[in-house]
Amino acid sequence: MDTDLSSQDRKDLDKFIKFFALKTVQVIVQARLGEKICTRSSSSPTGSDWFNLAIKDIPEVTHEAKKALAGQLPAVGRSMCVEISLKTSEGDSMELEIWCLEMNEKCDKEIKVSYTVYNRLSLLLKSLLAITRVTPAYRLSRKQGHEYVILYRIYFGEVQLSGLGEGFQTVRVGTVGTPVGTITLSCAYRINLAFMSTRQFERTPPIMGIIIDHFVDRPYPSSSPMHPCNYRAGEDNGAVYPSVEDSQEVCTTSFSTSPPSQCVFTVTKAHFQTPPPVVTDTLKVPVMGLAFSHQPAALGVGSADTGYPVLFAGGLNAAHPHQLIGPGKEGGVPPIPSQPAHGTQADQERMCTPLDGVHYSAATPSSSEDTETVSNSSEGKCGSPHDLLETIFIRKVGAFVNKPINQVTMANLDIPFAMFAPKNVELEDNDPMVNPPDSPETESPLQGSLHSEGSSGSSTGNTHDDFVMIDFKPAFSKDDILPMDLGTFYREFQNPPQLSSLSIDIGAQSMAEDLVWNPDISDSLPEKLAVHEKNVKEFDAFVETLQ
Amino acid sequence: MVGPGRICRCAPPRATPAMNCRAEVLEVSVEGRQVEEAMLAVLHTVLLHRSTGKFHYKKEGTYSIGTVGTQDVDCDFIDFAYVRVSSEELDRALRKAVGEFKDALRNSGSDGMGQISLEFYQKKKSRWPFPDECIPWELWTIKVNVVNLANEQERQICREKVGEKLCEKIINIVEITDSLGTSVTTTMRRLIKDTLAL
Repeated sequence: MDTDLSSQDRKDLDKFIKFFALKTVQVIVQARLGEKICTRSSSSPTGSDWFNLAIKDIPEVTHEAKKALAGQLPAVGRSMCVEISLKTSEGDSMELEIWCLEMNEKCDKEIKVSYTVYNRLSLLLKSLLAITRVTPAYRLSRKQGHEYVILYRIYFGEVQLSGLGEGFQTVRVGTVGTPVGTITLSCAYRINLAFMSTRQFERTPPIMGIIIDHFVDRPYPSSSPMHPCNYRAGEDNGAVYPSVEDSQEVCTTSFSTSPPSQCVFTVTKAHFQTPPPVVTDTLKVPVMGLAFSHQPAALGVGSADTGYPVLFAGGLNAAHPHQLIGPGKEGGVPPIPSQPAHGTQADQERMCTPLDGVHYSAATPSSSEDTETVSNSSEGKCGSPHDLLETIFIRKVGAFVNKPINQVTMANLDIPFAMFAPKNVELEDNDPMVNPPDSPETESPLQGSLHSEGSSGSSTGNTHDDFVMIDFKPAFSKDDILPMDLGTFYREFQNPPQLSSLSIDIGAQSMAEDLVWNPDISDSLPEKLAVHEKNVKEFDAFVETLQ
Repeated sequence: MVGPGRICRCAPPRATPAMNCRAEVLEVSVEGRQVEEAMLAVLHTVLLHRSTGKFHYKKEGTYSIGTVGTQDVDCDFIDFAYVRVSSEELDRALRKAVGEFKDALRNSGSDGMGQISLEFYQKKKSRWPFPDECIPWELWTIKVNVVNLANEQERQICREKVGEKLCEKIINIVEITDSLGTSVTTTMRRLIKDTLAL
């Protein structure tokens, strides 16, 4: 019963709890932005410095929190939860943490609302600031960018912890007793970060880019939409959210008598780490199994415009769709196939096992690393029914990239950002960067031997160009020693022919031959060894002379 | 006025703390070059919880409290980040004390054990000729064990392990603060009342 509480106290308490909830959400979301937060201390409080702490109010976050609360306050059975999850560039998502603000029935009638409760709430916010930096999701959020982003979702009602996987841990941030109940703030966080996808990947045509405004397989259909934890603060997105000062709910406690005013915070501006859509790294992502479920993208006003990562660049490992959440790679696309990311369960089902059809007669260890390094050829043969696994990389500065198996022309697909799609083969031939007009100087004598089989004649270009150089002006490119400049050199040497030993068929054969004794072949390995053994005395003498 | 925290370096805690003084002890094992950052992380976290804005006394017996800003700090030698109060003066004072502690540890010998304490006390003015009274009400002691590592691989493991340990320490501090919360608030309230009564 709260008849002992005066109406003023009750009003104050409700206000404190409401703003505490809003500040809690701000602290949590800001801690997952991926950047270091810095606010200034001030000896003169302003109207929005609730709980004597300088916590910036991001308007969109406040808006989402208010929307979730819908005028209610946390009460018994009605908790405010902030869910932090991770979403990869492939569309897989995983819940990382659930922060819960709960209220139970244990009342503390004696406590003074205006002073003690307020200060305890302030202390609890400080604890929250500290704890948000020590859960595993903090380090993940600091590294978000190309490969994954961190999203948040606020909901009100019953706490849903099932998405955290088995063995999740809980940390209690603190409690504050009030005359109407005890407020508890806690965090349940996932400790099993091995990425487990419950979906089978289906055959779907690749879609250019991913718009992150949908849920995938959310267990709760009525759940609110997710929002990224990185966005442009202060950007004009067409929606204007009332800041705290605009409303009449400024912090006026009995201690602070200064009038509300603009608060000045030095906060590092949150910015995207993924490049804008006009990217040099364009990744065509096979959206397999990204069965967009029924979720209506019931986004709040303007929130769809607020900095959702429209295009994911980089980091797609075609051979490992279950890309593990490891340290995000900076700078774009790793060569394919790459080594499994740190911690990847290599025994997980892989989409593409390039050497399925090849068997060495010797007992070559078929570890994942070995098979991958050998299969560096462009024919990443997938025995699995994932022929649509094509990844076409367009990079500003080239790296060796596997040639895709089937180059799908984008013309017949109605997709957004089609202008960024890779050009057809003919277009590449016409591209002056790929096929510059023959220079008047003599062509390099090495040129003829360097081209791969499919292309001949053209001085630099290749019909099998894996990447298009948009602009290449190497610095200090003039060299007196060689008769060509660096740019020409680069273009000429950019597509060396495949090493014969790396080509699967030849490689397999020669390995097999090498290891099997075959007197007909004079240079098989066993024979060579026998010859060397015969001459061992000569070799020993030679070694002696060196010492 | 509520007294500032005082840092006692390499000294045992007071043999007989005042009756109402709570004493908490935390232990960490770190490598030599991690000592400073580990100490700063723990001490700043404690101070974050015990810092308040500036009190401004106005007429009619009212007062207002300033705002405490915070900032994130990344450690260089430990895989760890923490939050501290945005106060350069406080940071300088802590760094000075921790630096002296680190030097004393290094010079003290090869056993590599030491402790640093952070004490919160109240200064009570006394009548002449008696000196002002310092009454501690909370004492945090951090015991440090310095380990020597042989190679870079061990150091890398140490970076991660110490980071995890510090996460646990922060959680400990928060738990302690939460459990002490009410009593400390009462203490602080009493202290402020005392101050205002002067």
